[in-house]
Amino acid sequence: MSEHHKETFVTKYIFSQDHKMISKQYLVTGIFMGVIGVFMSMLFRLQIAWPDHSFTIIEAFLGRHQDGGVMTPDIYLALVTIHGTIMVFFVLTAGLSGTFSNLLIPLQIGARDMASGFLNMISYWLFFLSSIIMLISLFVEAGPASSGWTIYPPLSALPQAIPGSGVGMTLWLVSMAIFIASSLLGSLNYIVTVLNLRTIGMKMTRLPLTIWAFFVTAIIGVVSFPVLLSAALLLIFDRSFGTSFYLSDIFIDGTVLHYQGGSPILFEHLFWFLGHPEVYIVILPAMGIVSEVMAVNSRKPIFGYRAMIGSIIAIAFLSTIVWGHHMFVTGMNPFLGSVFTFTTLLIAIPSAVKAFNWVTTLWKGNLQMNVGMLFSIGFVSTFVTGGLTGLILGDSALDINVHDTYFVVAHFHLVMGVSAILGMFAGVYHWFPKMYGRMINKTLGYWHFWITIAASYGVFFPMHFVGLAGLPRRYYTNTAFPYFDDLADINVVITIFALIGGVAQLIFLGNFFWSIYKGKKAPQNPWKSTTLEWTTPVEATHGNWPGKLPEVHRWAYDYSKPGSDVDFIPQTTPLADGEEES
Amino acid sequence: MLALIYTLIAVLIASTFWQLTNVFNLKNEIATEEDNDQQGKLMIAFMIGFYALMIFSFWKYSAVLLPEAASVEGERIDNLYNITMLLILFVQAIMQVLIFVFAYKYRGVKGRKAFFYVENHKLELIWTVIPSIVLAVLIIYGLSVWIDVTDASDLEEPMIVEVYAKQFAWEARYAGDDNELGRANVRYIKGINTMGVDMTDLNAQDDIPVRELYLVKGKPVIFKFRSQDVIHSAYMPHFRAQMNCVPGMTTQFAYTPSKTTEEMRANKKIIAKVENINKIRAEKGEDAYEFDYLLLCNKICGASHYNMQMKIIVGSQEGFDNWMDDKKTMAQIVKK
Repeated sequence: MSEHHKETFVTKYIFSQDHKMISKQYLVTGIFMGVIGVFMSMLFRLQIAWPDHSFTIIEAFLGRHQDGGVMTPDIYLALVTIHGTIMVFFVLTAGLSGTFSNLLIPLQIGARDMASGFLNMISYWLFFLSSIIMLISLFVEAGPASSGWTIYPPLSALPQAIPGSGVGMTLWLVSMAIFIASSLLGSLNYIVTVLNLRTIGMKMTRLPLTIWAFFVTAIIGVVSFPVLLSAALLLIFDRSFGTSFYLSDIFIDGTVLHYQGGSPILFEHLFWFLGHPEVYIVILPAMGIVSEVMAVNSRKPIFGYRAMIGSIIAIAFLSTIVWGHHMFVTGMNPFLGSVFTFTTLLIAIPSAVKAFNWVTTLWKGNLQMNVGMLFSIGFVSTFVTGGLTGLILGDSALDINVHDTYFVVAHFHLVMGVSAILGMFAGVYHWFPKMYGRMINKTLGYWHFWITIAASYGVFFPMHFVGLAGLPRRYYTNTAFPYFDDLADINVVITIFALIGGVAQLIFLGNFFWSIYKGKKAPQNPWKSTTLEWTTPVEATHGNWPGKLPEVHRWAYDYSKPGSDVDFIPQTTPLADGEEES
Repeated sequence: MLALIYTLIAVLIASTFWQLTNVFNLKNEIATEEDNDQQGKLMIAFMIGFYALMIFSFWKYSAVLLPEAASVEGERIDNLYNITMLLILFVQAIMQVLIFVFAYKYRGVKGRKAFFYVENHKLELIWTVIPSIVLAVLIIYGLSVWIDVTDASDLEEPMIVEVYAKQFAWEARYAGDDNELGRANVRYIKGINTMGVDMTDLNAQDDIPVRELYLVKGKPVIFKFRSQDVIHSAYMPHFRAQMNCVPGMTTQFAYTPSKTTEEMRANKKIIAKVENINKIRAEKGEDAYEFDYLLLCNKICGASHYNMQMKIIVGSQEGFDNWMDDKKTMAQIVKK
C-alpha cells in the first residue's frame, strides 16, 4: 500500500481514491454550494424586509423571475426551497460529514485509507453529479422546485399548483436520488472502516469523539436515507405515471384529477422518517468536532467521555422515533401525537448532558483561543439557545400555535443550521493545517468568527418574536395583513444582520483560498494534540504513514495529565510504569 | 435606530478592510497568550452584548406578540407556554453565563496546567436526573393539555362548521338546523356549488355556505377541514388553533371562543398594537386598521400563500342569529 503508485494529475486531483483528497473535494464543493445557498437567503431576505422595493441585484440575478427588480412570489418560494435543500443536504450533510468523515476516520483510527477507496471516489462523484443537476434545475424555464425543501405533495406533484413542480421538481428528485446513493456509499464505507481498520490498540473506547460521532451518524444515514429514496420514488410514480400514492380527490384548474385513495400524510411520514434523523446527521458530526477541538484547546480531557458516547447513541436512537413531531397538526391521531411528544422531549436529556459536559470541559481549563476553539464555544452557545425552544416545539399542545411560524425558523436555524455551520468552521480552522500543510490566518479567522456569531444571533434571536406574533413562514410578504404591519421594523433589522453575516463569509473565503497557497507552513502538530492524525508527515502521502502504522496505547484525551511534564501525551505513547489509563 | 445600524455596518466594513491589509503580516498563526487574553475578554464583551440583545428584544418586541388567548383551550395552552418559557429563560440565562464566563476566566496563561478532570459520576447523575424530572413534569402537564385540547367528545352542544381551503381562498359551511354537514367531494364541484357538496344528501340541504365566520362566545365549535387541491393549514393564532387541510381527507379541531371581537378590541395589548400599526399605516398613507380575528394559511400552498385570509367574528348568540338571518341554505342557492 505505502509504495508509490505513479500518479497523474487526473488520478491525484480528479478521480482520486485518496481519502484526504476526496475530503478536500467534498469541502470545496460544499463551500461552493454554501455560497449559493447563503446568497439565495440574502436575496429573499431583501424581499421580506423591503417588499415591492426595486433592487438591481435582484434584477441582475433573477432574470425573467423578477419584474423591475422585484422578485415574483413563485421565485421567492423557489429560493426558499433551494436554500433549504442546498444548506441541509449539500452543505451540512455532504459538505460537513463528507469532508470530516473522510479526512479524519482513516487518520484518527490509524488506517491507510477508507475500506474501499473506489466506492469513496464514486460517492464523491455522485455527490458532484447531484450538485450539478440541482444547479441545472435553477435554470429551467418554469423555475426550480418551489414547494419547500420538504416537498409535500400535492403541491410538489402538480405543476398546475405551482410552476416549480414541473421540470424543476423532476430535476430536484433526480438530484436527490443520486445524492442519497452517494450518501449511502459514503456511510457504508465509514461504518466498515471504523469497525475493521482500527490500528493495533485502538479499541472503540479509545476512539476520539469525532470518530464516534461520524460512525453513529453514518449508521443513522444508512437507516433513514433509503426511506427518503422510496418516498421520492413513489412521488416520481405519482408525478409521471399517474399512480395515487399520495394524491386523492383533487380539483385544480377547473378539473377533477383522476387520483383516488392516496394520502399526502403518507409522504409526510416517509419524508420525516428521514427528515428528522437528518437534523442529527447534520448536528452529530458538528458535536464530535466541537468535542475534539474543545478538549484540545482547553488542554483538558473532554469531560465525561463515556457519557458523551452514551448520549450520542441515545440521541441517534431517539432520533429515529420522533419524526411525528413535525406532524402534530396534520390530523394525525392525537394519541400518536402524545407518543411523539414523549419521545421528542426525551431527547432533551442526552442533549442537556452533552451541553453540561462541554461547559465542564471549559471549567478550569487553560483555554487556547485558537479560531477553532472560538467556533466551538460559539457552537455550544447557539446549540443551547436553539435547543431550548425545542421544549416548546416538541410539546404537541404548544406546537399547535407556533407550528410553521417564524418561531420554528428561528429554532431550527439556531440549533442545527448555525450550530452545524459553526461546528464545520471549527473543523475547517482546526484541521486546515492537516489538509493543506499550511496555517490558516488567525486574525481574519477572529474577525470571521465574531461577525458570524453576532450576525447569527442578530438574525435569529429577534425572529422568535416574529413567530410568536403569529407570522407564518414562507410568506412572500406580510403586507397582505395589516395585522402584521408592525413587524416591518424587526424584519429590516433581521435582514441587515443577514446581509452582514452573509458578506462576512467573504472574509473566510478569501482567507481559506489565500492560505491554501500562501499560508505559513504548518508544523507537524500545531495544536499539540494527542490524536493520530498529527503523527503523519506534514507533506501528505497516499497511505498516510510512511513505514509502519502507529500503535495506540491510551485514549485520546490525555491532556494535562498529572505526573507528566508535558500537557499532552500522544495516543502512541505507551503507558509509563505504574500509570493508569484514564 | 436604522441610522445607527447603517453606521455600525460602515464601521464593520471599514475595519474589516483595515484588517485585510494586515493579512500579509504573518505572525504566529497559533494563539499566543496575548490572543487568549484578548479573545477571552471579547467573550465577556460578547456575552454582555448578547444579553443586551435578549433584553432589548423582550422589551421592544413584546409589543408585537399575540395577545392572551381568545379561547378556553387557548388559555390552558398559554399557561403551559408561560411555564415552559420561564424554564427556558432560566436555563438559558445560567448556561450562557457559564459558557462565556468560563471562556473568559480560564483563558490560557503560559505555564498554568489545566485541571485533569475526567469524569464525576455523581455530578453526571445529578444533571441527568434533574432534567429527567423536570421533563417528566413538562411531559405530563403538556400531554394533559394536549388531550384536553384535542378531545372534542366532551364538548356540550358544539356548533359544526366546515372550513374549506383552496388556492388561494377560504370558504366555510355551517351545518344548519340539523347541525350535521352534508357529504361533499371535489367531484360534485359545479358552478355555484364551489365546495362540492353532494346535493342528494338530505343533511346537505340546510347547510349554509359563507365567506366569513361568526362564532358565539362560550359556544364550542368543531371545525371540519377539507382542501380541494394542495395541503393548506387553517391557522387561527388568537385562538391558539391550527389544523392542516389535507386533500382526500377531513381533519378536525375544536375550541370554545372566550372573548368577543369587541372585547378583544378593548384589550390593552391590542389597543397598543393597533395604535402602533395605525401610526405606521398613516406614515405610508394607508387606511386605518381595526382589529379582527383572523384565519390564515400556514402551509406553503403556492404563489399567493401569503394572502389567504378569512375574517372571524366572535359575538353573542343574538349577534349570530342576526348575522345568519340573510344567509341562504345550499338548497336555496343551488336550486335557483
